[in-house]
Amino acid sequence: MNRIVEKEFFSENVVKLVVEAPKIAKARKPGNFIILRVSKEGERIPLTIASADEDKGTITLIAQKVGVSTEKLAKMEVGDSLHDLVGPLGKATEIHKVGTILACGGGVGVAPLLPIVEGYKKAGNRVISVLAARSKDLIILEDEIRKWSDEVIVMTDDGSYGKKGLVTQGAEEIINREKIDECIAIGPAIMMKFTALLTKKYNIPTQASLNSIMVDGTGMCGACRVTVGGKTKFTCVDGPEFDAHQIDFDEMLMRLGGYSEEEKKAYEEFMNRLNLQA
Amino acid sequence: MTTLAEYLKERRDQEWRAELRKKLKGKERTNIPRVKMPEVDPNERVKFQNVEVNLGLSIEQAQREASRCMDCVNPTCIEGCPVQINIPEFVKNIERGEYGQAASNLKLTSALPAVCGRVCPQEKQCEEQCFYTLKLKKEPVAIGYLERFAADWERESGSVSVPECATKNGIKVAAIGSGPSSLSFAGDMIKLGYDVTVFEALHEIGGVLKYGIPEFRLPNATVDEELENLKQMGVKFETNFIVGRTASFDDLEKEGYKGFFVGSGAGLPRFMNIPGENYNGILSSNEYLTRVNLMGAADDKFDTPVLRGKNVAVIGGGNTAMDSVRTAKRLGAERSIIVYRRSRVEMPARVEEVKHAEEEGIEFMNLANPVEYFADENGRVNRMRVQYMELGEPDASGRRRPVPIEGSEKDIDVDLVIVAVGVSPNPLIPACLPDLKVSRWGTIEVGDNMQSSIPVIFAGGDIVRGGATVILAMGDGRNAAQSMHEYLSK
Ligand SMILES: Cc1cc2nc3c(=O)[nH]c(=O)nc-3n(C[C@H](O)[C@H](O)[C@H](O)COP(=O)(O)OP(=O)(O)OC[C@H]3O[C@@H](n4cnc5c(N)ncnc54)[C@H](O)[C@@H]3O)c2cc1C
Ligand SMILES: Cc1cc2nc3c(=O)[nH]c(=O)nc-3n(C[C@H](O)[C@H](O)[C@H](O)COP(=O)(O)OP(=O)(O)OC[C@H]3O[C@@H](n4cnc5c(N)ncnc54)[C@H](O)[C@@H]3O)c2cc1C
Ligand code: SF4
Ligand code: SF4
Ligand code: FES
Repeated sequence: MNRIVEKEFFSENVVKLVVEAPKIAKARKPGNFIILRVSKEGERIPLTIASADEDKGTITLIAQKVGVSTEKLAKMEVGDSLHDLVGPLGKATEIHKVGTILACGGGVGVAPLLPIVEGYKKAGNRVISVLAARSKDLIILEDEIRKWSDEVIVMTDDGSYGKKGLVTQGAEEIINREKIDECIAIGPAIMMKFTALLTKKYNIPTQASLNSIMVDGTGMCGACRVTVGGKTKFTCVDGPEFDAHQIDFDEMLMRLGGYSEEEKKAYEEFMNRLNLQA
Repeated sequence: MTTLAEYLKERRDQEWRAELRKKLKGKERTNIPRVKMPEVDPNERVKFQNVEVNLGLSIEQAQREASRCMDCVNPTCIEGCPVQINIPEFVKNIERGEYGQAASNLKLTSALPAVCGRVCPQEKQCEEQCFYTLKLKKEPVAIGYLERFAADWERESGSVSVPECATKNGIKVAAIGSGPSSLSFAGDMIKLGYDVTVFEALHEIGGVLKYGIPEFRLPNATVDEELENLKQMGVKFETNFIVGRTASFDDLEKEGYKGFFVGSGAGLPRFMNIPGENYNGILSSNEYLTRVNLMGAADDKFDTPVLRGKNVAVIGGGNTAMDSVRTAKRLGAERSIIVYRRSRVEMPARVEEVKHAEEEGIEFMNLANPVEYFADENGRVNRMRVQYMELGEPDASGRRRPVPIEGSEKDIDVDLVIVAVGVSPNPLIPACLPDLKVSRWGTIEVGDNMQSSIPVIFAGGDIVRGGATVILAMGDGRNAAQSMHEYLSK
C-alpha cells in the first residue's frame, strides 16, 4: 500500500504529495516517473518523481490539477493510500559533466526539472535555471531549484513576479551573455517547442521531457507515441526525454488533444457531481 | 517409465471405459450430429461488452456430444493438443456423468481448462486431428465445448478440488509476468512444494487473458476463479511490480530467489509506418483493448476514456483484430470493418470468432491494406486509403503472399482505426540482462527444457515464441516447472 505521508498545496492547483514507496525510492533515478491510480475506477496517470528519500522510503510527487484524475488526486489526504503505484518508469536522464547547463522549467514542469537540476549540479556543472509561469502563484519549487542552481531567473507572463515575459526571453538573455553547453526544457508542450526553436538557432544541444498521453507506461499500448527524427518512438520506454531539435512538437500537441472531448465531458460531469454534493 | 501410448492404453482398458464403449454401436455414435453451442442472439449481444456470447452446453447436450466420441484405440486427437490432454478419458467421464472426474483429468495437464476450452483454436489442434475429421470427414467431437463444460461444471458445483501440494521445501522461485505461462508454471511449482511469487507489471493478474481478450469471449470472473485456486494453493502475487525496474534480478536473488521463470509475453504493438498513422483516432489494438478490458473505459463509472467511432476500421485478421472489431461494434459503431491483406481462408483468427463476427454484422474487406491516412483540422483521422491485393506465391509461412495491385487505391471514410497487425516480444527483461541470449527477433532463446543461457532463468510463452497461443504458453510453463525442479534438485 502506498500511503500518503505528507501533503502541501503550492498553489490552488498544484499539490505536493509525499508517498510511501520504498522500492521505488531506492531504484529511481532523475528523469524517472511513476504511474498511479487513485481508485479502482481510476485512470492510470503518469507523474514524475520529483524527489525521493531512500531512508524514509518515500517519493515526492507534484501534480497540477488539469482534469478528473488530478482533481481526485489533489483531494486525497495524509493517511489515505493510493490504489496503485508502479515504477520507476522511463529512461533516466543521462547526466554528465558538460560545463554550463541551462535548465528551463514551465509551470508544473519545474517538478520533473528539479531532480535533473540536482543531478547536473552534483555532477559538477554550472547550472542556470529559468523558471516561468503565467503568474506569481504558479511559480513552484523556487527554493529547491535555487539550492541546486548557480543562478535562477524567474519569468512571469503578467510580470507579477520576477521579470515579465516568456521563458524564451529569459533563456535568450542568458544565451547571449555566456556560453551554454546544453539545455534542458520541461513544461507545457508549446513552451518546449519554442525553447527548442530558440536553442536550435544557437546550436545548443537540448533535451525536452515529453508528457504524452499514456496508459500502461511499459511500451505495451503505443498511446504515447511521438515522432523523433522522423521515427515513431514510445515516450514511456524510449523517453520521456528526447533531443528537442528532433521532436515533432506539432504532432505531439495534436496528440495531446486526442481525448480532449472525452476529458472535457468527464471533467464537467465530475465537477457537477461535486457541486451537487456540496 | 511408461510411454504416453502405454499410459493411454492402460487408462483405456479400465473397466468402466470398456463397459461404456459397449453401450452404443459405432454407427449410433457417428450418426449423432455435432452439438450446436447455445449463443446469445447476435442482435442482443452486440449491445453489451461483457455478455459472454457462448452460453455453454447443458448437461444433456454435453453427454450426448460426449457419446459421439469413439474412444479410439489410437486417439489421434491427443496428438493435436499441445499439452496432450487425455481427451477420450475426460470425454468419457462426461458421458458417464462423472463431471468432477472429467475436470480432474483436465487439471492433470492444463492449469486453466475453463480458459482453454474457450479460447484454444481447436479447429487447428485437437479437433483437427479427431477421427471424425480425419477419417469420417464429419464434424469433429466438440472437444473444446466439452472441456469448457467440465471446467465450468466443477466451478459452479462449488466443489473445486484444491490439488495437493508436496511439503514446503522453502525454496523461493519467481514467475515474471502473470499470463498463462507464468500461471501454469506457478501452479506446478507450488504443487512441488516451492515458495512461489508471481510478479506483474500491471495492476491486474492474468496478462492477455485480462487486458486483451474481451469479456464477451472470456469473462474476467472465469479467470479470477481460476486464480483463486492458485492463491488457495499458496501462490503469492505482487502486482504493480516490474522486474528489472521496481527491483532488479540481483535484488531478487539477494532476497533469496533461486530460480526465475520469465513469461513476460509479446506485448509490444507493431504499427505499419505508413503516412498519417500517428493521427488521433488511430491506435493499437493493445491500447484499445486495454482501455476497455483492463481500464473499464466502456463503463461510465470508470475514469479512463475510450474513443468511439461511427466508421471503424480494424487492420488485421487475427484474434486481436476480431476482438477489436467486435468491441467497436459493441461500443456503438455503425460500420465495423475488418481490413485484411490476405483472403478469408488465411485469416489466423479462430474460426468461431470469425463466424460470430459475421453474425454480428462485421464487414470484411479482404485483400486490402491501408497505405495512408488523412485527418480533419484537429488531427482526427477521417479517411483511409486502401490498396487492393492479389495472392501470389506462398511465403515462408506457407500462405500465399499478398501482392499489391497497382492503381487499385480507394478511399474510405473512417473515424477510428485500430491497428492489429501483430506484436513483438517485450524487450524489458532482455534489456536488463546483457548476458541473456535473444534471437534476432528479440525472443528469449531457450533449450528444450525452457532454460535460457543464464542457468537460473527459464522462459516460456510469447516471450519465447513470439505471438502464440494460451495453451502453448501454458505448456511451456509446465515444462519449465519440471526442468527448474530438476535443476534446483541437483
Ligand atoms: C512522463 C510524464 C510525466 C509527467 N509528470 C507530471 C508531473 O510531475 N506533474 C504533473 O502535474 N503532471 C505530469 N504529467 C502529466 C499528467 O500525467 C497529466 O496531467 C494527467 O494525466 C492528467 O490527468 P487528468 O485526468 O487530471 O486530466 P485529463 O482530463 O485526462 O487531461 C487534461 C490534460 O492532460 C493531458 N493528459 C491527459 N491524460 C494524460 C496522460 N495519461 N498523460 C499525460 N497527459 C495527459 C491531456 O492532454 C489534457 O490536455 C506527466 C506526464 C507524463 C507523460
Ligand atoms: C487480443 C488477443 C486475443 C487473443 N486470443 C487468443 C485466443 O483466442 N486463443 C489463444 O490461444 N490465444 C489468444 N491470444 C494469444 C495469447 O493470449 C497469448 O499467446 C498468451 O497470453 C501468451 O501468454 P504469456 O504467458 O506469454 O504472457 P502474456 O499473456 O502475454 O502476459 C505477459 C504479462 O507479463 C507482464 N510483464 C511483462 N514484463 C514484465 C516485467 N518485467 N515484470 C513484471 N511483469 C511483466 C505483462 O504486463 C503481462 O501481463 C490472444 C492475444 C491477444 C492479444
Ligand atoms: S487444451 Fe486446447 S488443444 Fe488441448 S484438448 Fe483442450 S481445447 Fe483441445
Ligand atoms: S479422435 Fe475423436 S473420436 Fe477419437 S478419441 Fe479423440 S475425440 Fe474421440
Ligand atoms: S504508455 Fe503505453 S506504450 Fe507508452
